[in-house]
Amino acid sequence: MGWWSPLSLMRDSLRGQRARDKDLRHLVSNLPYEGLEKKKQPNRYFPGNAIKTTKYTLFFFIPVNLFEQFHRLANVYFVGLAILNFVPVVNAFQPEVALIPICVILSLTALKDAWEDFRRYQSDKKLNNLPCFIYSRKDKKFMERRWKDVQVGDFLKVLCNEIVPADLLLLHTSDANGVCHIETANLDGETNLKERRAVAGVCVTEPDFQPESFSSIVVCEKPNSNLNHFKCYVEKENKDKVGAGIESLLLRGCTVRNTDHAVGFVVYAGHETKSMLNNNGPRYKRSKLERKLNVDVIFCVILLLAMCLVGAVGHYFWRQTLPGVPPYLVPDSSGHLDGPSLSSFYMFFSMIILLQVLIPISLYVSIELVKIGQIFFIMNDIDLYDEDTDSRIQCKALNITEDLGQIEYIFSDKTGTLTENKMVFRRCSIMGTEYPHEENAIRLAVIDEQDSEEEVIFHQQPPQPGWSLDVEDGSPEGTAHHHHGSRHKSKFAGNAQSNVAFSSPLETDVIPDRKLLQQVGIAARSSSVRKMDPYLDFFLALAICNTVVVSMATARRQRTQEQPCSFQPNNPLDDFSNFLKRAASFRNIFASKTKRDRTFSETSFKEYDGFNPATKADDSGVLTSHDQNGEPSTVCYQAESPDEAALVYAAKAYGFTLLSRTPDSVTVRLPSGQNLVFEVLDTLAFDSNRKRMSVLVRHPITKELVLYSKGADYAIMELLGAPYAEHLKGSQKNIVQDTQYHVDGYGKEGLRTLCFTKKVLSTKHYEDWYASRQRAMAAIDGREQLITDTAVQLETNLTLLGATGIEDRLQESVPDTILALREAGIKVWVLTGDKPETAVNIGYACRLLEDEDLVINMSCKNKLICASILDCTLEEVKRYENDPRNVDTTPDISLVIDGRTLAMALSPDLQDRFVELAKCCRSVLCCRVTPLQKSGVVKIVREKLKVMTLTIGDGANDVNMIQAADIGIGISGQEGMQAVMSSDFAISRFKHLKKLLLVHGHWCYTRLANMIIYFFYKNLANVSLLFWYQFYCGFTAATMLDYWLLIFFNLFFTSAPPIMFGIMDKDVSAEVLLGVPELYRTGQGAGVYRFSTFWISMLDAFYQSLICFFIPYLVYQDSDVDVFTFGTPLNTVSLFTILLHLSIEIKAWTVVHWIIMVGSVAVYLVVTLLYTSCVTCNSYWTLQKQMIDPVFYLVCILTTVVALLPRYVFHVMRNSIAPTPIVQARHLDQLDPSTREEWIKEWRDFRGGGKVKRSELSTPPLPVLDLTPQSLNTTNFPGDEITLKSYT
Amino acid sequence: MSRFTANADGGQVSVFNPRQADTQKKKSHKSSFRQQKLPAWKPVLTTGAVCLALFIIGLLFIPIGIALSATSANINEVKIDYTGMDKSSSCFSCWKSSSWNNTCKCTVPFFLDRSFDSTVFMYYGLSNFYQNHRRFVSSRHDSQLNGNMESLMEPSKDCEPYAFRDNKPIAPCGAIANSMFNDTLDLFRNVPTVGDVRIPLTGKGIAWWTDKHMKFKNPGGQDQNLTTVFQGTSRPLNWRRPVSELDQDPENNGFINEDFIVWMRNAALPTFRKLYRIIHKTKKMPTLARGNYTLHVVYSILHRVLHPTSNHISSVPKPLQSDYPVRSFQGRKWVILSTSSWMGGRNPFLGVAYLVVGSVSLFLWVVLLVLHHQNNNP
Repeated sequence: MGWWSPLSLMRDSLRGQRARDKDLRHLVSNLPYEGLEKKKQPNRYFPGNAIKTTKYTLFFFIPVNLFEQFHRLANVYFVGLAILNFVPVVNAFQPEVALIPICVILSLTALKDAWEDFRRYQSDKKLNNLPCFIYSRKDKKFMERRWKDVQVGDFLKVLCNEIVPADLLLLHTSDANGVCHIETANLDGETNLKERRAVAGVCVTEPDFQPESFSSIVVCEKPNSNLNHFKCYVEKENKDKVGAGIESLLLRGCTVRNTDHAVGFVVYAGHETKSMLNNNGPRYKRSKLERKLNVDVIFCVILLLAMCLVGAVGHYFWRQTLPGVPPYLVPDSSGHLDGPSLSSFYMFFSMIILLQVLIPISLYVSIELVKIGQIFFIMNDIDLYDEDTDSRIQCKALNITEDLGQIEYIFSDKTGTLTENKMVFRRCSIMGTEYPHEENAIRLAVIDEQDSEEEVIFHQQPPQPGWSLDVEDGSPEGTAHHHHGSRHKSKFAGNAQSNVAFSSPLETDVIPDRKLLQQVGIAARSSSVRKMDPYLDFFLALAICNTVVVSMATARRQRTQEQPCSFQPNNPLDDFSNFLKRAASFRNIFASKTKRDRTFSETSFKEYDGFNPATKADDSGVLTSHDQNGEPSTVCYQAESPDEAALVYAAKAYGFTLLSRTPDSVTVRLPSGQNLVFEVLDTLAFDSNRKRMSVLVRHPITKELVLYSKGADYAIMELLGAPYAEHLKGSQKNIVQDTQYHVDGYGKEGLRTLCFTKKVLSTKHYEDWYASRQRAMAAIDGREQLITDTAVQLETNLTLLGATGIEDRLQESVPDTILALREAGIKVWVLTGDKPETAVNIGYACRLLEDEDLVINMSCKNKLICASILDCTLEEVKRYENDPRNVDTTPDISLVIDGRTLAMALSPDLQDRFVELAKCCRSVLCCRVTPLQKSGVVKIVREKLKVMTLTIGDGANDVNMIQAADIGIGISGQEGMQAVMSSDFAISRFKHLKKLLLVHGHWCYTRLANMIIYFFYKNLANVSLLFWYQFYCGFTAATMLDYWLLIFFNLFFTSAPPIMFGIMDKDVSAEVLLGVPELYRTGQGAGVYRFSTFWISMLDAFYQSLICFFIPYLVYQDSDVDVFTFGTPLNTVSLFTILLHLSIEIKAWTVVHWIIMVGSVAVYLVVTLLYTSCVTCNSYWTLQKQMIDPVFYLVCILTTVVALLPRYVFHVMRNSIAPTPIVQARHLDQLDPSTREEWIKEWRDFRGGGKVKRSELSTPPLPVLDLTPQSLNTTNFPGDEITLKSYT
Repeated sequence: MSRFTANADGGQVSVFNPRQADTQKKKSHKSSFRQQKLPAWKPVLTTGAVCLALFIIGLLFIPIGIALSATSANINEVKIDYTGMDKSSSCFSCWKSSSWNNTCKCTVPFFLDRSFDSTVFMYYGLSNFYQNHRRFVSSRHDSQLNGNMESLMEPSKDCEPYAFRDNKPIAPCGAIANSMFNDTLDLFRNVPTVGDVRIPLTGKGIAWWTDKHMKFKNPGGQDQNLTTVFQGTSRPLNWRRPVSELDQDPENNGFINEDFIVWMRNAALPTFRKLYRIIHKTKKMPTLARGNYTLHVVYSILHRVLHPTSNHISSVPKPLQSDYPVRSFQGRKWVILSTSSWMGGRNPFLGVAYLVVGSVSLFLWVVLLVLHHQNNNP
């Protein structure tokens, strides 16, 4: 057969390419083709599951690595120089010597690359050889194979706690409902369980799934990297199409939990899996300093070329003036002597070789080293370590440490960043009545105080065996055992901290409001089961309308408390009232404890029968309550967002306990002890456009179809329809108004509010809607939109039940940190999805806004008005700034803007004006913004104002923003790891930002900037010496130093001190930097490293080299000095000048400094003495000879003094006459700590920035919201508030 | 708060001592190095501290400057140009016929107005001679000069084109050796009654001891007959005699000839001097008394065969023509007579520099003192 012609091979590969590039892929089962040759396989075009992340192969390592390395310009420069050296007419050094630097650098880099690649190879090998179960037609069962054997179209069986080898379309699980739980910790760090469902109706759910019977075609989209999105449908033999989405996809790298086994169809394998597509290498960001540095390198190149040109021209004229052929002009080996012009042409290149050090290639290597050192110190800082989560700062981007010292704008997320994201139920309003939950508030206050005294430690609790959902299914022997180990391990590996929030008593316990409890009790007693009461409905909505997963089976961290005897205050300063308060609250707690069966914290968790979905529910859906082995309160809730859990816990406190949740049913225990099983018909998931979610259930008793919705008040209020029919007739309007009033009040208190509604559907209505819903689900194009549309269709005519207020507590020291950042000259923007009232109050609480600030409130619905408001405000702000009365008071203007207005303000035509306005504002609060807007704001500010921006956030919605900024910081908090994964630095608390920026940022920046300036100086000072000598050797590129010593000079004698300087110098101590945040301003904008600084140091280098050359020259002229004896004092003086110059710059001398500085001189002397002992070297015995000559020492002392005197005196003069803030701070540093504290305090008081206010949510001044429409025109109130709010 | 007791399902109750727990955590060491809290000296450059430094510099430098100037002033030095560019000079004809092959002889009379009391060093000086030319500097073979037999027969490529002559290796090879200074200088004192008295010149000890004994060695060890050792090699192009005939004294012949060694140390600057002879101090008498002297220049390499100890002009066997030509580079030639001190030859610059720097720092000291007082008492 002529099949193996190259043409057909090419055709085949082309076809494969086309198959892979198609938008839709049609995949069929591999089983019918099992055992056939490769060409007949239907899925042969798609890559297998073996992965290869290595860059090199063993044999081609050297060429490929060299090729890679020569992509770097610096290396090309080096090689170019080395080659130049081998051109005989040009060479300045011995060619072999010229090869040393490039060889050292290339081989070091190659070693590093090889090691990294080897590690990748090892991990690939390990992954590829993991075992998995593939169905084999021959053996009629799942056979154990390796991961690398998996092909697209195979059927895989994944057992409990195993890692999924490839992206699988879930077809069958051991669970009767076709549900499978997975943990995605490996992908995004989230440890809560996620539910996946088998594609409905594709496989008959027999006890054993038969892959051979699978004859459908799976049509799926082209692989993409979106972890939360997948589109596919299964076309059955009868052409029926069943849609499936991400909820049916098991992603490679996930771990199967709670499910005995799952069978899936491989849709993507190997490099096409979503996890591999997400697996990008480390990000490379170029820091601002480096960009500036590159400009200066170009100046160096120009300078080098200029010097070489001077050399070449000089050589030409020198040759021209010679009347004859003097004996010192050496012809080439054939006796031919080049003419002046040719020889000066060659000389140009010789000069480049001679003066090559001017291009600071070694600077790049040094910067890398310095950054590694800086990161070492940042990582080791104990102040950036968080005890609670046992995590320290992670530095993901290695090359932007110095940017931390130049930040001008911070964009912060609110929830989880400024706040704990530990949600605590605080208040609720039901049917227009407010229940303030005062006891609970007192309890929280007590916990708050206790927290600060307690050592809180988490420890791992081993899961009990046999927890699995399917014990009766007869899970294979050893699964449970296997599960033990791996679960345990993954917990350790995955930096799990998710459960912390929900297992601490802070969130789980709610002390019920007495009045409400009575009300509920009355309602429960009076209303029969069939007649629903709004109070019961409200709590049912709380318990049902969420996506909380009930779990009892995960290894959990628990909070152990070391109890200092709380009735004896440890701190003598504990005042009496505090003591009283605490005692009172304890009484409260104990009282409630006796009354209710609440536990303060979970002491045990035991399996509860009702958890099994296969509940023995009778027809009426009512379970008789039976407390066989424990209290139901031992359940544990896992929620994707912590406020859901808080609400469920709140419902639990009133006796409405969520017992279990399966895709089809929710079991709730009522206060009466009845268990109700609601059939879940559909869940309309939360999305950021609708801002609400709904759950459609069938009431087990009334059989009514009830839609419970919850959402932001503005997302709910406009959808309200019929009021609650059976309650408070005629006053419906009041309920809405009262609730809105309460909700606004909550907002002002800084609580997160949610409104709860109910809607009863008719069966007819439901069926109609269901049909359109099904269509939407099966659609492959625009499915999201269709699904959203169907949700919107259903969520109309809602009946308001009430609202809740959840407190999201501010993190520790947030006001402190924000105040410090503000004083540091950083403008802080908070971008939040919350409503303006909440945001403003949080703003006051965390000192983003101050009482005396001028707050501009922008909210408009129309672009035209938006534009005019912007103009007016700008004018107003300008006038305010120019007002002579405001000269001495710095006008602090803050802007509050909502999402809709922001969208208009960011439109291209208004952008500039908005940015202009924002520039005048000290802080900006953007409310109700979407993730995309967040990144849009960051991008616009960054580009328009050309400032350094930093974003900090914790959630998946901050990822865009984190990536848009110069520096992205992720907070490893409650909301998974997505933010952390995309960030440059990851910290665990917001307060760490203070030290990270003010101390480490400042240090890193000043260290690196000074180091770079010094490096330029050093190179120029060193090279100029050679350049000046050219004037005395006929511009022949001769050196007065031996080549080796010249190379050593840069390689050994003067390389360590600048690196140490860049890593360890400390201009101001951490305490002062934290105490006086204003010092941070030195790094902002142009900072230390400016154009002028660069040129001043270059001029200084010129001056110093002139001195270093000409003083010895004048001393030794007209003497019998020989070349290398002349070079010795030059070299020595140059070394001393360069080192002493550095010692002027070094601000703090530690042992390490002394060792390295003295060591460098010692190394110089030892190496040079050894080298000059070489008999066949030109420089034989020169240093020895010089060292017994007193003139040598006299020259060294004189030259060093003269060279450094100007710099020294300049520093002194500047420090005395016009001391920079840094110098003042250094003076401060020299005081002893207590005096220094005193001084800082006094200074702060004087400045009025003073005392850090205690953050109290209840007392911020309420912003004056002007509600009159005529205030469209800007009005300047006698107070300091401009309020702009328009109604159109 | 109530004491927490966890006893569920194997979860142990453990109240950790926080210090114990630390050891298991990621928390880093509290070492002062890692926390960047090493004890440090933090000098701030301010007027107060610096005044002292400047004062000390001034105080030290001025005396040093005075001492150096005084020392330098006490050194006698006289420079006699014998290039012969002046038509009246007897060396004019020699200068005009500047070529390696001419022979010439001239005298330059001069008058010493001061007597040189201590040991006098006699240098020859050249100007505009770029001994530091890159290619010139490397045109030598150190291994050959160190007495290596292999290098003797196979000179390095660095020596080219002065490596081989008629297929015979040149010893010593290279451009430096080839251009060796070959004027013969002699000094006579004109004593009115006696006539010209030859001043005894010593050629021993003009090279560095380490050069003569370590760096330069004749091939084949000490006691070899140099003529046989250098058999098969050729003399440099410009030389009239082979290297084995530089001097009759075996201790000063071949590669260890001190004139040769001195020449082989390339001068650092284009105008340089090299030590030629030493006039040792004799008892009681000034080394060179005040009076008229004549410099005899014989432009011939053979002149050096003279016994250095001889007091009279020995008969020049066959004065072969050899002048050291400087016209090709517009150079000048000098003879420099100088006494010496602990700081070497005369060098007024160093003393002046020390004085200036000392005064400047004293001046700055005053300025800073004023500033300091103004700052402290506003």
